[in-house]
Amino acid sequence: MTEEVVRIISKKKNEPEFLLNFRLKAYEKWKKMKCPKWAQLNFPEIDFQDVIYYSAPKQIEKLNDINEVDPELLNVFEKLGIPLTEQKRLTNVAVDAVFDSVSIATTFQKELQEYGVLFCPISEAIQKYPELIKKYLGTVVSIGDNYFSALNSAVFTDGSFCYIPKNTKCPLELSTYFRINEQKSGQFERTLIIAEENSQVSYLEGCTAPKYDENQLHAAIVEIIALENAIIKYSTVQNWYSGDEKGKGGVYNFVTKRGLCAGNNSKISWTQVETGSGITWKYPSCLLVGNNSQGEFYSVSLTNNYQQTDTGSKMIHIGKNTRSRIVSKGISTGNSKNTYRGFVSVNNKALGARNYSQCDSLLIGDTSNANTFPYIFVQNSTAKVEHEASASTIDEEQIFYLLQRCFSLEKAVAMIISGFCSEVYEKLPAEFSVEADFLLSLKLEGSIG
Amino acid sequence: MNLNKPVLEIKDLRASVNKTEILKDLNLKIHKGEVHAIMGPNGSGKSTFSKIIAGHPAYTILNGDILFKGKSILNLEPEERAYLGIFLAFQYPIEIPGVTNLNFLEQAYSSKLKSTKDEEVDSFKTLEYISKKAKSIDMPETFLYRNLNEGFSGGEKKRNEILQMVVLDPEIAILDETDSGLDIDALQTISKGINTFMNEEKAIVLITHYQRLLDYIKPTFVHVMRNGKIIKTGDFSLAQELELKGYEWIEEN
Repeated sequence: MTEEVVRIISKKKNEPEFLLNFRLKAYEKWKKMKCPKWAQLNFPEIDFQDVIYYSAPKQIEKLNDINEVDPELLNVFEKLGIPLTEQKRLTNVAVDAVFDSVSIATTFQKELQEYGVLFCPISEAIQKYPELIKKYLGTVVSIGDNYFSALNSAVFTDGSFCYIPKNTKCPLELSTYFRINEQKSGQFERTLIIAEENSQVSYLEGCTAPKYDENQLHAAIVEIIALENAIIKYSTVQNWYSGDEKGKGGVYNFVTKRGLCAGNNSKISWTQVETGSGITWKYPSCLLVGNNSQGEFYSVSLTNNYQQTDTGSKMIHIGKNTRSRIVSKGISTGNSKNTYRGFVSVNNKALGARNYSQCDSLLIGDTSNANTFPYIFVQNSTAKVEHEASASTIDEEQIFYLLQRCFSLEKAVAMIISGFCSEVYEKLPAEFSVEADFLLSLKLEGSIG
Repeated sequence: MNLNKPVLEIKDLRASVNKTEILKDLNLKIHKGEVHAIMGPNGSGKSTFSKIIAGHPAYTILNGDILFKGKSILNLEPEERAYLGIFLAFQYPIEIPGVTNLNFLEQAYSSKLKSTKDEEVDSFKTLEYISKKAKSIDMPETFLYRNLNEGFSGGEKKRNEILQMVVLDPEIAILDETDSGLDIDALQTISKGINTFMNEEKAIVLITHYQRLLDYIKPTFVHVMRNGKIIKTGDFSLAQELELKGYEWIEEN
């Protein structure tokens, strides 16, 4: 990792000068920063010199037609259940597929353009829409926000860009599937979503990685911006490789996700189902600047074996009558650690602000660990802030009841957990709530005894 | 004397929980087509008896055997007993938050079919079947879309147990105080449900404190249980006598 690497990445991507400067500034900041240690996470120091910062699948030239894509790559996505070929596309979902660090295909681009919706790899947006990138990149998560955001800003390679023009409701669900394939590669993707006045969009990201004994680093940034009356719904189903049952391998998932409710009456809603990664460290947040703006965070986080998760949300109330809601469901089993960490702050000008937070933990077995750390700062007396938390285990009487009703033990546990998470599943787009439920029961297989 | 093989036979059963012996030499034979009422004072072991038959893991069998159609079920897991057709309506039905009644019933029904006939049913047919069953016992459709027992009144929970019974269509149903806490209308509704379910191929065990349920569902036998064993067996008139005199007059022999 040197300045040279940053320059090479920028050059390879043939980037305009403002972006090179953005990267170099970030690199300078990063060099002076240290990896933070405050999270409830244990991991050896990362050797940033040993990470591959840019890795592209063999085929790198931009394709116009999905049929030109290497059939082997298509196969990989097919197996993951992400159809990219024309015939098998999901009918109402537009997909951008990012493989290692390069976007290999984006479906429905033309159809979306008819509505003025821009949906493409961010590297393409840098070339085609430099004004938008210049205006918004790094405005929600600043270059020096934190150690990993600085790193990402210096070396990010690709990711998704989406722009919804004024008075437009995006006619399709937009989604990006990320996959890390190279064994030693770091994935540093960058997503930027902008919803103009009176617009609406629902966006979903899915993440997978194959099994490797070494730890892969994933340090992404997601920035989303909602202008007046705009609504953005951002959902994540994260299933990076979580390491084996002894905790060997697994992705380090250190992500900065932040939304800015810039306009009055705007709304940003985060929904996440986190089942993968050796270590997850992220807090999708909302800056509620516009008056009457709303932020939401719905999360299910499952940890098994030696997985560690430190996740939650930050809701920063700045505008008047801003509202936020946090619903977090943590399930820990095996020897895993599952931590909720939340920050609710109400500014002295955020008159009439309201927040409700609910954190429920479910512990399975007696070697797993659950923690809740809510931080609440209120600077005016008109605010209402509520926090509820619970920790429980699966009740034996519930299990017996379900067994008596012909459920197998695994199905019984899956049903109880599915019920525990239902409030969050309901917030996912319909196609994916079934998938999420299925993913969770897959992850729990064999962990119940 | 019924010479057929009993559906359920309990032989010299002794069982304990936390080292306290609850059942002491319990014997009972139940044939198909029969309704057995089990009455007795609080703490006599009636609920324990029902849970042991269903295979609750908290109880230890010290002696004796439980036979379903001649075969011991002592080594079977609770769900394997359920597959055979043993159903227990719980005295205190359990709440499962976030799970809809319909989803629960669909999955229960399809696992049962899968285990007994190795048959997959499509979800549309299952929904139709469940709606029909709900209708047959006067349960409004809205019931199906509420979360399983969550926020149900006592009476609704008991009716829901009867719905589960008719959906799973077991060979023998043990109803543990299904009549407790019901008003007269609800009592009539669940009695109707039980009577619709009952035929000469089925058997029912009714655990109850009150004769009034037996006014609606005619028992073949009435047993009195005390201190973990059956101390007297008679017909419906025994229940009437108990209603008048209580349990004290019966001598243990």
